[in-house]
Amino acid sequence: MSSVPPEPGSAKPDPILVVDDLRRRFGGLVAVDVDHVEIQRSSITALIGPNGAGKTTFFNLVTGFDEPDAGRWTFDGRPMQRLPPHRVARGGMVRTFQLTKALARMSVMDNMKLGAPDQRGENFFRALVPSFWRAQEAEVEARAESLLERFRLTRLRDEYAGALSGGQRKLLEMARALMSDPTMVLLDEPMAGVNPALGETLLAHIQSLRDLGKTVLFVEHDMDAVNEISDWVVVMGEGRIIAEGPPEAIGNDHVVIDAYLGSHHDAPATLEEEQRQLDELTEATARESE
Amino acid sequence: MDWGLIVSETLRAAVGQEAIVFALAAIGLNLHFGYTGLLNFGQAGFLAMGAYSTGICVEYLQWSLWAGVGVGIVAAIVLALILGLPTLRLRADYLAIVTIAAAEIIRLIARSVTFGHITGGSSGINGYADAFYELNPLGDGTYGFGPWRFDDNRLWVLMVGWGLVGLSSLVVLLLVRSPWGRVIKAIREDEDAARSLGKNVYAYKVQSLVVGGVIGAFGGMVFAIGNQSVQADNYGTATTFLALTAVILGGTARVPGPVGGAMILWGLISFTENILRQASAEGLLPTAIISGTQVGIVRFMLVGLALMALPIFRPQGIFGNRREITFETR
Ligand SMILES: Nc1ncnc2c1ncn2[C@@H]1O[C@H](COP(=O)(O)OP(=O)(O)OP(=O)(O)O)[C@@H](O)[C@H]1O
Ligand SMILES: [Mg+2]
Repeated sequence: MSSVPPEPGSAKPDPILVVDDLRRRFGGLVAVDVDHVEIQRSSITALIGPNGAGKTTFFNLVTGFDEPDAGRWTFDGRPMQRLPPHRVARGGMVRTFQLTKALARMSVMDNMKLGAPDQRGENFFRALVPSFWRAQEAEVEARAESLLERFRLTRLRDEYAGALSGGQRKLLEMARALMSDPTMVLLDEPMAGVNPALGETLLAHIQSLRDLGKTVLFVEHDMDAVNEISDWVVVMGEGRIIAEGPPEAIGNDHVVIDAYLGSHHDAPATLEEEQRQLDELTEATARESE
Repeated sequence: MDWGLIVSETLRAAVGQEAIVFALAAIGLNLHFGYTGLLNFGQAGFLAMGAYSTGICVEYLQWSLWAGVGVGIVAAIVLALILGLPTLRLRADYLAIVTIAAAEIIRLIARSVTFGHITGGSSGINGYADAFYELNPLGDGTYGFGPWRFDDNRLWVLMVGWGLVGLSSLVVLLLVRSPWGRVIKAIREDEDAARSLGKNVYAYKVQSLVVGGVIGAFGGMVFAIGNQSVQADNYGTATTFLALTAVILGGTARVPGPVGGAMILWGLISFTENILRQASAEGLLPTAIISGTQVGIVRFMLVGLALMALPIFRPQGIFGNRREITFETR
């Protein structure tokens, strides 16, 4: 990726997801307005941006959960617009949700098994004859066991998903998405609510996905996590892609700083100015604590 | 008061024809509501499809009763598709509105003068199901023991009826323990999660509506053939809601739930009715409060009171799982 210029809409050597002229309006508000963006195959791309930037809406659009007002996009070379969400998922692009969707009154194991694709027993008529699907069910269960093990959820396998903590649900949702062995995963804030130690293992998982050749696009507000694992960072602001680049470069990009802090903030002009503001602040806090 | 009679009538009602009809209606509704999360408020319409198909085939078309049974199944499938295809892509409430309206339309058409030559209008179709009783392998006489003594024809209806209840329960049991059942439960919990995992939510909802509707239609057939009579007003909204009561009483999303619920419901109805009748006949009830003719209405009030105790003492229903209902589902 070193040859890719760090600018919005830059071309990637081997893009898996290519989006053009994607727009979504909610009344007067333009939630997503992306001219062009490419996501590199077998890499980890972080999608960052302030609250309301349109990251979740972008996810919803490319995975078929929401319909754009305009736009085209291809996944792995195939045009994807107007495909219903289940077809997108079957095509190998699986997403998780910002507001976790654990299936509360089903066991953790059943949540996992649901993620497996092409199950014979999901056909109505074959469902009635267990011998048609028992063998496959055993395979699915074995796969679920190993994923639960990796995500340290084995202890909870027979628990109702509704009884899990918020962080555990995040883990379950991610593990469940991996049941189908997808080509690309879109994770909407996978770290939110997960404790730091577990967060580290989660990051390690995401990295291992890339090492298996999978593509990861994830939304995250924690910049340390973004810097730690992502190969590339895409920044959204008010629906647009406002910056792109390797993580080292993004933190210093003035466009990004403007987007997060508001473009009207007055950046300290000089070093002296900055020092003066800092002193004022220290004084103020000292006064308050008296 | 003759408590022996009250108890034995209650026990008879618990296995009687009404219990069968409502068990079948409730098994179908449990698949819709308990497992898939579909709000079908028009189950009575599916019962009517089963009942009228048998009646119309025999009396109007002069076909055999068994052709009528086949037509009844097809009619229930068609009704499910008509109601489901346009609404199941929409929010859950649309199905509720459409089904409750459709069931009422069916009832009103059936009792209308315009179609009276086909449906029998408000007097219905009567005495048409002899073909069913001709198959009765039991000789003339009374069979059974204790409170459960029935004449040969009654027992024949009950045998076939409970056979259908058993068969339907078995089908539902196989379905809900299969990967298919896992998908419909996931749809109940969160449609979008199921979609994100590659499941065609719409197709599953349609399938569930069809299967539950056909089971309901069997209930209608038992009702009509057992009475040798099809009456439009038996298929009003009250029928749907009594069936729904049976589901909740027994415990939603439990295979034996709707069956146990229907048995207890009809036992309870018979129990209160018999107590009231006897009390009224013996002059124990002041006529200012309740006269003999009002017993039918007052019994439902008492049944209602008894049912109110349920959410207080056993909110999960008779066969329900308490753990399961503690999770909020959005
Ligand atoms: N269904 C909707 N109806 C109306 N407006 C919506 C809808 N969904 C999103 N929006 C608006 O679109 C904008 C983008 O929302 P979106 O959820 O995509 O932001 P986000 O970048 O994911 O933010 P966050 O980091 O807070 O999750 C917001 O202003 C939001 O209010
Ligand atoms: Mg979001």
